[in-house]
Amino acid sequence: MSTQVPEEKEQTETEQEVNAESVSHGDRRRADRDAKREQSVSGAPAEIEGETFELKVFRYDPEVEGKMEPRFDDFAIPKQKGMTVLDALIYARDRYDTTLTFRHSCRQAVCGSDALFINGRQRLGCQTQISDLDAPVRVEPLPHQDVVKDLVVDMEHFYDQMHAVEPFFQPDEESDGDLEEYRQTRENREKIKMSTRCIWCGACMSSCNVAAGDNQYLGPAAINKAYRFAMDEREGENMKEHRMNVLDQEHGVWRCQTQFSCTNVCPKDIPLTEHIQEMKREAVKQNLKFW
Amino acid sequence: MHEHDVLVIGGGGAGLRAAIAANEEGADVAIVTKLHPVRSHTGAAEGGINAALREGDDWELHAYDTMKGSDYLGDAPAIETLAQDSPEETIQLENWGMPFSREDDGRVSQRPFGGLSFARTTYAGAETGHHMLHTMYEQVVKRGIQVYDEWYVSNLAVTDHDDPAERECHGVVAYDIKTGQVEGFKARNGVILATGGTGQVYDHTTNAVANTGDGAAMAYRAGVPLEDMEFVQFHPTTLPSTGVLISEGVRGEGGILYNSEGERFMFEYGYANNDGELASRDVVSRAELTEVNSGRGVEDEYVYLDMRHLGEERITDRLENILHLARDFEGVDGLEEPMPVKPGQHYEMGGIETDENGETLIDGLYAAGECACVSVHGSNRLGGNALPELIVFGARAGRHAAGADLGEAEITKGKTSEIEEEDGLETPVEPGAVETSDEDAVADGGAAVADPDETVRNTIERERTRIEELMEKDDGIQHAELRADLQKSMTENVNVFRNEEGLKQALEDIQEVRESYQDAYVNDPSRTFNTDLIHTIETRNLIDLAEAITLGALARDEFRGAHWRQAHQERKDDEWLKHTMLSWNDGSPELWYKPVILDGENKTYEPKERSY
Ligand SMILES: Cc1cc2nc3c(=O)[nH]c(=O)nc-3n(C[C@H](O)[C@H](O)[C@H](O)COP(=O)(O)OP(=O)(O)OC[C@H]3O[C@@H](n4cnc5c(N)ncnc54)[C@H](O)[C@@H]3O)c2cc1C
Ligand code: SF4
Ligand code: FES
Repeated sequence: MSTQVPEEKEQTETEQEVNAESVSHGDRRRADRDAKREQSVSGAPAEIEGETFELKVFRYDPEVEGKMEPRFDDFAIPKQKGMTVLDALIYARDRYDTTLTFRHSCRQAVCGSDALFINGRQRLGCQTQISDLDAPVRVEPLPHQDVVKDLVVDMEHFYDQMHAVEPFFQPDEESDGDLEEYRQTRENREKIKMSTRCIWCGACMSSCNVAAGDNQYLGPAAINKAYRFAMDEREGENMKEHRMNVLDQEHGVWRCQTQFSCTNVCPKDIPLTEHIQEMKREAVKQNLKFW
Repeated sequence: MHEHDVLVIGGGGAGLRAAIAANEEGADVAIVTKLHPVRSHTGAAEGGINAALREGDDWELHAYDTMKGSDYLGDAPAIETLAQDSPEETIQLENWGMPFSREDDGRVSQRPFGGLSFARTTYAGAETGHHMLHTMYEQVVKRGIQVYDEWYVSNLAVTDHDDPAERECHGVVAYDIKTGQVEGFKARNGVILATGGTGQVYDHTTNAVANTGDGAAMAYRAGVPLEDMEFVQFHPTTLPSTGVLISEGVRGEGGILYNSEGERFMFEYGYANNDGELASRDVVSRAELTEVNSGRGVEDEYVYLDMRHLGEERITDRLENILHLARDFEGVDGLEEPMPVKPGQHYEMGGIETDENGETLIDGLYAAGECACVSVHGSNRLGGNALPELIVFGARAGRHAAGADLGEAEITKGKTSEIEEEDGLETPVEPGAVETSDEDAVADGGAAVADPDETVRNTIERERTRIEELMEKDDGIQHAELRADLQKSMTENVNVFRNEEGLKQALEDIQEVRESYQDAYVNDPSRTFNTDLIHTIETRNLIDLAEAITLGALARDEFRGAHWRQAHQERKDDEWLKHTMLSWNDGSPELWYKPVILDGENKTYEPKERSY
């Protein structure tokens, strides 16, 4: 089931102004505490005097009456030095509307959980400075993925594609155990280095037109994962052939139309298109079939 | 009800390693985790894994450095196990394909790290944790180990015997984040907690937002003692605006710290005479703050870490990730400018009391990784010693839970004849549960000596009721506010520098937040992906852990490792060569102490002055 249809979204969009007053809960305890808080300084980064910007956030919840129709909410966010899109979302959630839902954890571009569609492009919320964006800042879930709620998309399909390429090291021989390493040249490590940086964020898959039209296409991240092992000199020729068989099939490498959209959005700067091209060349070298 | 031999809670480094070990031992194992495994915080680790791999180094040196680094508060059997098992475990990762940085001869590279007498930190660029996490997840996929991802474990199914040492753990209750269903998981052999750190107790931390200490808090409330919680490591080099970590690898490679006057203060002001920037983390953190407090900080807040002189080639080869972090999160180009840094919460050295086999006091309950305290770090963790802890003790817990015989543990659990009771710690408020009618205050999972299924079923019922109650209230206080108040007080009062007055203030504040928590409510009515609910449950865990940290810090009136007390500027070995233990005791925290084990396999570690 795909709940997210970009065109429809535009039509159903209703802009709602949300502000702090409308959600305050007049509780005695809380008033006491607020008064106390006013008196002391907090460790929060400095707000830039008086400046706010508009954050437009996609909202949808299949269970909640008012949110079953997709819409956008607007939040007025005070500008802070060094503020990222993730900081702004957290601000909106914690101060204005605790029902606002998005994934995040590391805040440092390694967990891959906050890939979002920000001002029309796939980016990590935590890695994107507000100051680098034009206002209003518009945040939507990753396109071409089913929306679970608000900014949360279903990642199952992405994981399935990753798992489909046998994403684990299968060296030629077993190590002798006893502290014996499988030696690897610096050059070979350098060759696969970029491919090992993938954080499974799904940005590339979401940006890919081909993946959007062909649900079975392995997609850039999974092909890159296969590249990481196929190019590792410690996996032997037989294994490489096996890996190329996985990639050289109808929904494998040949689907890629070299549009570079994955490469453009990858937050880890992995040269995805290049890796896919290289896998195509390997496939030809192995003299396997074309589709 | 789902049923497996072994349940691993958490899919970070410790959890994945435990699951693989249990699987290799032939057990039917499943991982239950609130984040998909590859999203776990182990992925953020940068610097490396300590392992005595090379000629000239050996496990005894590693053990000695660790004992010294711990300021003689680590237990020798744990430290020696860490040092002995780490080489094999590290090479095991290599054999699973982890992309380590390489030497010319094709072997894995090692680099110097703070407090180590040998360059034994094995690394993969400045993203060692990322590669370690992904490599182990790959092995989990390869073995077809079942993963329940985005399932939040909210309680342990433990029997309610009066004596915690007689309780048994039969499983857990978890909440399916995607659908809101509360379900039981039964473990035939054992439950392994690998839920990671507690960074969210503070507002400036290198830790992920998910690091809310759930496992430690759940085990504590079930009756397992928490050990040495006051020892919170502050990392000296975090970016001021976000808390993002700048790896110790920068100093390992030769990075230099400067104050606002351009002085290399570690030497010029004599904080460390030999090792300078590479002194142990507690030493460097205090040095930085002393500089800032003496008016030699930049913008009254931070100091500079400079790596420009290392040259672009070396930086891109070994510290490339640091360039990205500095640019993305602080807007600084590390090749052109020095990076601003200040201390931030980084690691909880204390945790769930376990022995070398990962076992806790409660039968069938294990813990490994940052949530546990087998006591390898004592009062101060050396950089590069947590990742080996994950794999060494994760593997041991997994094997043991699956039924392997690892031999008798030397570390004792719970109260033995050796323990010492705390008599008369004065606290400004009565810590612990607010009302005894609070169901959470009691530790039971249901009927005493009931069958395992019933224990799990009873726990499910309790969790359903708790969640219903949180959801049904439609007014009150929201978690974000409570969490912020808690974090603020901890940061002000229980930080790098501590004094009695501040610690008492913190206890009052924590109790106030605890009271307010009675009014906590969840605004989001949805069952689908309700992060409002999850964060509310997590906040409860943070309250209990903040209190444990503060109580321990107040009790320990000495200066040891990361624990600095204003009025007590010396290490008091006569009195304090002991672990601070805290038992929940049906809602009322009880402090007691157990002696540190300084007797190793071949020698006894004599406490010495730590100088760097
Ligand atoms: C920025 C940074 C850099 C570091 N660098 C180094 C280094 O270079 N060398 C080193 O040795 N150490 C380093 N450390 C320390 C080390 O990385 C951590 O101690 C370690 O990764 C913790 O691993 P873990 O498996 O215990 O927990 P985590 O990796 O945090 O995993 C916890 C798991 O538990 C799950 N979980 C938590 N609560 C629940 C719940 N209620 N229900 C279900 N699942 C739950 C989470 O989903 C997650 O999968 C660093 C730490 C940080 C923060
Ligand atoms: S390849 Fe890049 S964009 Fe794609 S999932 Fe990996 S990190 Fe994300
Ligand atoms: S929060 Fe982890 S990648 Fe952004």
